[in-house]
Amino acid sequence: MALSAAEVLAGLAEIVTDETGIATDVIALDKSFTDDLDIDSISMMTIVVNAEDKFNVKIPDEEVKNLLTVGDAVNYITKAQG
Amino acid sequence: MAKLNQSTSVAFSKIYSIGAARGDLTVTNDDIAGPINSSDEWITQRTGIITRKRASKDRSLMDMAVEASNEAIKKAGIQPSEIEAVIFSTITHPYQTPSAAALLAELIGANPAPAFDISAACAGYCYGIAQADSLVRSGTAKYVLVVGGEKLSDFIDPTDRSISFLLGDGAGAAIVGPSDTPGISKSVWGSDGSKWEAVGMTGSLLDFRDGTGAWPTLVQEGQTVFRWAVWEMVKVAKQALEVAGVKAEDLNAIVMHQANERIIDEMAKQLALPDHVVVAKDIKTSGNTSAASIPLAMHALLEQGQIKSGDLALQIGFGAGLAFGAQVVVVP
Repeated sequence: MALSAAEVLAGLAEIVTDETGIATDVIALDKSFTDDLDIDSISMMTIVVNAEDKFNVKIPDEEVKNLLTVGDAVNYITKAQG
Repeated sequence: MAKLNQSTSVAFSKIYSIGAARGDLTVTNDDIAGPINSSDEWITQRTGIITRKRASKDRSLMDMAVEASNEAIKKAGIQPSEIEAVIFSTITHPYQTPSAAALLAELIGANPAPAFDISAACAGYCYGIAQADSLVRSGTAKYVLVVGGEKLSDFIDPTDRSISFLLGDGAGAAIVGPSDTPGISKSVWGSDGSKWEAVGMTGSLLDFRDGTGAWPTLVQEGQTVFRWAVWEMVKVAKQALEVAGVKAEDLNAIVMHQANERIIDEMAKQLALPDHVVVAKDIKTSGNTSAASIPLAMHALLEQGQIKSGDLALQIGFGAGLAFGAQVVVVP
């Protein structure tokens, strides 16, 4: 069953916190993964793979570079749920 | 019809010894950070590397391979003339032909053994061990010298931010031979050519010849390689354990290709290795030496007393090709 954007954000924030230790409430839609959250490309990949598992979606390697903000990732995952 | 003889097989094989040789220069992160607009802190955090060993102009790939091979031969307690096959896994032998292995065989006194190179990048050593295991147990060769050796610094663009700063130079050598007890498990190995472009060279020698490309240097799509290396190679590691009939807790060590400490740590986490399993981290001081990285890392663990002869180790190599190979071995 497709989750709402808010539910996807909550789930994604949990994954980001697990990977990086960043507090969940800091992980807002407008935050840039690299500039604001200081998440490097390797941690990003771990987050992506865990999100694929959690939300049962596919995020191909070539899409990952387009996910610049938390909002980009939430939008992509929400749409990919179909 | 005349009766044909085939070789007489031997029940088991094992690694008799390991030799190692590294680059003579200790290259710090500060030494290389400038051209890639980076810092010691960034490199250490992102890769775990504090220094890498590189070979100066006077120390060739062949010099390192001979040094490592001579150590392995001496420690195995055999004569070089007893070596019945020489396998050299490398991507940095700078000639289309003749092979690095043929010259190595001559230089160490193993001429006229059959000699050939394997081009399997960071899976090269495990591919070599898989091949040596087969040669020994089929009765085709009694002792096999397997060398994983690289002078990656010959093929680096110092301004490349994707891979150059990881890379180092070195050679590791193993003598494989017959054994009374199992010493090398059935290899789990393969390739994925659909990701041929994930890690490799900036162009071909033909581009360079025709003036349409610069001297080819190493480059990678880091995220694609990371994803494949962690999530796919964890499956290969588990398969290798299953095929070997051992569990993670039976291992004394895991020696992964020293690609990047982040890959090693994520794989170790996903394999849920118990605390007593030593995780090789030679990358911190040697860098990523492609085909040399596994034998160098195992040699380092032995020198440091972190593992001992008779221990069980899972070794797994993976990289450009993409290619991968793994086996559980008894530590020499």
